[in-house]
Formats: sequence, structure tokens, C-alpha cells
Amino acid sequence: MIRDITIGQYYPANSVIHRLDPRVKLLGTIVFVVTVFFISDFIGLLFATAALGAVIVISKVPLKYMLKGLRAIFILMLFTVLLNVFLTPGEVIFQLGFLKITMEGIVLAAKTAIRLVYLIVGSTIMTLTTTPNHLTDGLEKALNPLNKLHFPVHELAMTMSIALRFIPILTEETDKIMKAQQARCADFESGNLIQRLKSLIPILVPLFISAIRRANDLAMAMEARCYRGGIGRTKMKPLVYAKRDYIAYGIVLIYVLLWAAMKMWL
Amino acid sequence: MGIIKAAKLFYDYVSKNEHDEIEDVVHAVAGVDLDIEAGQFIAVLGHNGSGKSTLAKQINALLFPTGGTLWVKNMDTSEPENMWKIRQTAGMVFQNPDNQIIASLVEEDVGFGPENIGVPTKEIWKRVNQSLKSVGMIEYSHHSPNKLSGGQKQRVAIAGVMAMEPECIVLDEPTAMLDPNGRKEVIETIRQLNKEKKVTVILITHYMDEVVHADHVYVMDDGKIVLSGKPKDVFSQVELLKELRLDVPQVTELAYELKQAGLSMPDGVLTIEEFLEAFEKIKGGE
Repeated sequence: MIRDITIGQYYPANSVIHRLDPRVKLLGTIVFVVTVFFISDFIGLLFATAALGAVIVISKVPLKYMLKGLRAIFILMLFTVLLNVFLTPGEVIFQLGFLKITMEGIVLAAKTAIRLVYLIVGSTIMTLTTTPNHLTDGLEKALNPLNKLHFPVHELAMTMSIALRFIPILTEETDKIMKAQQARCADFESGNLIQRLKSLIPILVPLFISAIRRANDLAMAMEARCYRGGIGRTKMKPLVYAKRDYIAYGIVLIYVLLWAAMKMWL
Repeated sequence: MGIIKAAKLFYDYVSKNEHDEIEDVVHAVAGVDLDIEAGQFIAVLGHNGSGKSTLAKQINALLFPTGGTLWVKNMDTSEPENMWKIRQTAGMVFQNPDNQIIASLVEEDVGFGPENIGVPTKEIWKRVNQSLKSVGMIEYSHHSPNKLSGGQKQRVAIAGVMAMEPECIVLDEPTAMLDPNGRKEVIETIRQLNKEKKVTVILITHYMDEVVHADHVYVMDDGKIVLSGKPKDVFSQVELLKELRLDVPQVTELAYELKQAGLSMPDGVLTIEEFLEAFEKIKGGE
């Protein structure tokens, strides 16, 4: 289960989406996520699906990889769907004791589920097609104006890229610790919620200790390679807009305009 | 004066109790004198806790001497304004390959050092490609470091240091976490860099067979240098090394035991070839 989290895992492939400037992808993702919340009817859904599907096909990342990220939020999704189905007031179509299923509830649950799925898949595309460093470069550059307000933009970006780089390493480590504890008869699968939470402690404590130790090592390795914050740093891959980036911005703009048109006239 | 010179170098770890009173002082490095010529391959040996890692971190100005002086290319490491220049002159490779790779692409990681010291973009790419070539990892430049073997990761880390064009590389037990194949890979890469790029190498290790080709060997114990010389001279003192809880290479030990048993083996046999040669002589004499 622990290996299913795909957020922050770059999938190398040779596609236009991969080559796009991360700033374009960031804006595109934000625009998409916002529009997903406006989905209210079938046409809107169709439109968002078409946009998402097109990007997935162009990105050359197997669909399987994007759906993997969903497994991690399955419980959350199930929870929201059930709450929506049972707790929305409206026209009752089925009743069992105090549990009422309403038409409105089903519609709302379906909408929420679709939004959640699109949200995750939409943002997973960005992280699958952008290397974490590229992504944080994009963030750093996009947030650069905040530097004037003494907001530590570079430090934030660096922290994020390191966090992303260590996700797979720490995941592997969690797996290792779990196996080591299981070999000594630790039980993570049975018992009630409290018992299960308690059984997580022998995993979390060694995990934290090792993460702190790694952080210490890494800080030293970075200092040894003359890292001293963002000042005086040059870029190996400076962000420069290419023609394709302007075209992509154009497409994002057209997408927004179409949404606006749809909201106004349909 | 050599590229690295130490005079009466000390480093103390001070442990304090909760009332900020000094409980204990450990001299991790206690009065070390060094003089290392540029272009040499130096090995520092010692068992765990002998102070060899502390010494390494001082050469890279990650730790500052608490006594005595250390010069890297005539720069005093205790002067804060020399710090970045020193770290650029003396690069450092650490033990754990995972904990020193910063980026999620091999080429981006190698570029991290040059980025930090403000190298222009074009030049960064040139350096990245050159140093990846010099460690034989150029075909992996677009790979994720997570998918590499330990030896490959260490070679990437070495490339990351080489891209900063240092005159000296300090390697702090770079093979301790690797399998025998990885160890061989890394040691061969280091030797090649030393020979072809004339980089001064300071290899800190406790594997004896890695140091037989060194120009000079220092053996540390309890923060002091207890033995120093050419590998041949150091390894001929099998008894003393054993006292220091260090092993000698297998073939050296075999030669030593044979000599103890009465055969006329020479002292300090380091390689299998040397051993065979000496052995043939003995056989011929019979």
C-alpha cells in the first residue's frame, strides 16, 4: 500500500508536456483544479474530461501510473461519498431505518468523487512529467516577487525539492522497518483502530530518527558543496520560455475562455 | 609547503550536562601533523573512533580546529572568510551514497556544486558532462539516482565534487556501505582521477586492500598518527597493526605467517603478483 503514492515521482518520457516550462504547467494545473470545482453539469464534465484526457495522451505517461495515486486517497473518497449520499437532505428514494438515500445526495456524491479524482489525477500529471527540481525552479521563479517581502522563496523551494527527493527513500525505509518489526511478530493488520494506531508507533519512531539523521548528513553534504542559500547561485537549467510555452499558455487561456463562455451561455 | 598542511592539530568534542557544565572532553584529533604534496594519493587508516572522519571534516572546513592550525593551499581553515574557497579547493565525498545526492536526476545533482559557486550556465553543462565522463557515468545522466547501485551512486557523488574542479578530494569511507563490486568500481575511479586529472586524493578507509596503491599511508589511533610511510613500510609492521585493531591485506598476512614459519619471505608483500614472485624464488632456491 505504501508504494502506491505517486505524488512526487517523476516518470521519464519524451513528450511535449515533459518539455514544457514548469511555470506553464503550474498555471495550467491551478486553472484545471479551479475549473474542476465549477463542474456542475454533464457538458462541464465532458469538457474537463476531454481536456484531462488530451493531456494524459500527450504526456505519454501510462494511465496506470496516474491512477496509482488514487489508491492512497481511496478511504477519504469512500468516506466523502458515503457522507454525501446519506446526509444530503432532499427527495428520498430509498430508506433503511434512519439512513436515507436521496437523489440530491447521489448527485452530490458523484460530483464530489469526480472532482476528487480529477484533482488528484490533474496534479499527479504535473509531478509525473516534471522533475522535482524543475518544479521547484518553477515555483521559485513564479513566487519571486514575494522575495521583496522577505519571504524565503529560495529556501522554501529547496526544502520542497529535497522533501520530494527523499519521499521514495523514506518510503523504502518505512517498508524495511515494517518488515523488520513484522519479523519480530509486530501486528499491523488486526485489532481496532486504537490498537492499529498504537502499532504504528514502533514504525514512526525509528523512521523519524532515521529521517533526522539523514537530514543531518544531507545538510553537511550540501555545505561541503558550498551551498549557502540562494544568493550568488547560478542555474544549470535556467527557465527560459520557448515557443511551445507561449502556445501552451494560449491553450490554457482558450480553455479558461471556453469555460467562461459555457458558464455564461449554457 | 604541500597542498594540505597541519601543525599540532586538535579537535575536541565537548559534552555538557543540562547545567551547561563541561562533563567530558574527548580529543577526537589530538596533535596531528601532516604535510601532503599536491597530486598524491594519500590513505588514512584507522578503526572506528580513531578520529579519521573528524580529521577529514576539518580539511573541508566543516569543522574548525579547536587547537593548532590546518592550511589548505596556504589558507588557514580557522579563518571564516576562507571557508567557501577551502570547500571548493578540497571537495568531500561521504560514506552514505543516499544522503549526499540532492537532486532527483544524476546530471542535476552533479550540477549542484557548480551552481552554488556561481559558475555560468554554459560552463556548468561543460563541467557536468566532463566529470560524468571521467567517472564513467555519462550514459546515466538522465537517470534517477534512486535506481542506481551503491557504487554508481558514489561515482555520481564523486562526479559532483569533480564538477567543482577541486585540487583535492577527501573521501570519508566512500566504500563502507558498498558490496565488493561497488567497492572496486569506486576505488578504480578514484585511482584513475588521481592519475589522469592529477587530483590530490585523501582516502579515509578501514579496508586495507584499498590502500596498497597509495603513495603514502597514515595510520590513526586515538586521534594521533601512530604510523606513517609507504604502504610497504606500514604493512611490514603486522604486529603493530594488529595491536591497533587493523587487519593487513590477506596476501600480506599470508607472507608474514610464512616468514614466521621460517620461509625467507620479504617484508611488506602487498599484491598477489609480488607474493608469487617471492614464492617462485623460494621454490627455485630449494
